[in-house]
Amino acid sequence: METKLLSQHYHLDEFRFLEGYRKHGGYEQLPRALQMQPQQIIDEVKNAGLRGRGGAGFPTGMKWGFLPKNNEPRYLLCNADEGEPGTFKDRMMMERAPHQLIEGMIISGYAIGSKKSYIYIRGEYHDSLRIVGQAINEAYKAGFLGKNILGSGFDHDMDVYSGAGAYICGEETGMISSLEGLKGQPKLKPPFPAVQGYLRKPTIVNNVETLAAVKYIIRDGAQGYRKFGTEKSAGTKLFSLSGNVVKPGNFEVPLGFPLKDLIEGLGGGMKPGRRLKAVIPGGSSAPVLTADEANKATLDYECLSGMGSMLGSGAVIVIDDSQCMVDLLGVLMHFYHHESCGQCTPCREGTGWLNKIVHSILEGRGRLQDIDLLLKVADNMKGRTICALSDAAALPVISFVSKFRDEFEFYVREGRSKVRGTSYAEMHH
Amino acid sequence: MAFQLSSAGLAKVQMEMKRYETKESAIIPSLYIAQGENGGWVNVEVIRELSRVMDIPEARINEVFKFYTMFNQKPVGKYHVQVCTNISCSLEGGRELAKHLCKELNVKFEDVTPDGRFTISRVECLGSCGTAPMMQVNDKYYEKLTPEAAMNLLRGMK
Repeated sequence: METKLLSQHYHLDEFRFLEGYRKHGGYEQLPRALQMQPQQIIDEVKNAGLRGRGGAGFPTGMKWGFLPKNNEPRYLLCNADEGEPGTFKDRMMMERAPHQLIEGMIISGYAIGSKKSYIYIRGEYHDSLRIVGQAINEAYKAGFLGKNILGSGFDHDMDVYSGAGAYICGEETGMISSLEGLKGQPKLKPPFPAVQGYLRKPTIVNNVETLAAVKYIIRDGAQGYRKFGTEKSAGTKLFSLSGNVVKPGNFEVPLGFPLKDLIEGLGGGMKPGRRLKAVIPGGSSAPVLTADEANKATLDYECLSGMGSMLGSGAVIVIDDSQCMVDLLGVLMHFYHHESCGQCTPCREGTGWLNKIVHSILEGRGRLQDIDLLLKVADNMKGRTICALSDAAALPVISFVSKFRDEFEFYVREGRSKVRGTSYAEMHH
Repeated sequence: MAFQLSSAGLAKVQMEMKRYETKESAIIPSLYIAQGENGGWVNVEVIRELSRVMDIPEARINEVFKFYTMFNQKPVGKYHVQVCTNISCSLEGGRELAKHLCKELNVKFEDVTPDGRFTISRVECLGSCGTAPMMQVNDKYYEKLTPEAAMNLLRGMK
């Protein structure tokens, strides 16, 4: 069973418009929030234990607390550059419930003292850009945005910004560079965006789902929000289930929900005659779990990090026993090589080498020592770069090779897939 | 004839230049506007025109243009067919789908069909993983495809 907080009204077409949204409790939390002291809201979000839903899982209230205590102008930036392979929850939120995001953002903007926010939406999401843009216009007309919102004296302007196809812009400082009209290259931290972000002004960057959740924390209070989830992973979360399952889709469940129940229950299980082989539990950057590990895992920050993986963006990618892990690693390495911004040598060169080595194995030119070379290159890429993309490329390699080494060795020896029996050339050329 | 923005395009660029805190933030939106007016791709003349209109150095606009994949560096067909071949779509046959379209249309990836209608590209995750495999044709998503269904859709695009 799902526990629907954020996704409760997704099935209603009217919910994407202001009038329909208001019929179902929309914009009822904004006036309540505007009567609170900003610090009260920050404390409530801290006490609720809300953690960033985009991938890193950083505590939201703590992030807000890093802002300087002065009257300097500051920005709120919503990260809607959903690009982590396997993730499609933010697109659904923007298309089905744009006002929920906008209300959460106005409340968050008020809490952090920001008069201006941007929603950075990936360029491919044409529908999201249009629907969120229309919803912002509706909110202005109704007086929820602009000057002196609901007579509170609080001013807030909001706009969308379209990305143009770059995974790295989902990294918060890459996104800031992009919004500034630069190549989307991440910036060295510190200074963190909360101190020096967009145009070197204090900036808070939060994910779509995170900002929408703020509305429900105001509605239910920190304790009410904590009714769901675990001590360290409070609340509900949207999971994007994809891959070899019968019923893929977005599902909202309390954190701590068994991964097995997501796949077998909500996802309808494996296709006829197929068995679970592996699961990537948090988007393509999360280390892969074997079927045995997946059957024991719960969907929360602590369990998955304890297993050496991560909750990430909540993209659960299911892999059945017809799939070749060497082939899939080839797909992932092509992606990271393509998306490396080129700024740091270990990532720019490392992703290139990883991609080349995996493909040399796939194309029948692999040597047994290449398997350890993959691990060595990956090891040299970890923790040595400005942003986490390098680690995000290295971690899947280490997990794929160490957990499915027999498939890599077979491929090198036989020049074909252990699972499929065919070579890469036969499969893809 | 060197590329020139239409008066409507020029007005849009000027509006974007005022829309954000700095005019540099308008580089990406303006590249979209100019690409639309240049038949779906950007070349050095487009960069030159934007540089003139925006009063921003060509090199500065060019580096942004080259960084982002949604700006096309060579001509594309009237219908730009982008098939996702990232992990979730690959698990459900995205790569085979992409290959099928090329075979049926007798065209290589990234090239334009002789009639100017189609370019087939393989792209990274488009956030439609629960409805894999999928393709994006210009601005529109087509989901839960089979190779045959995708090809039938393309046949209807004139």
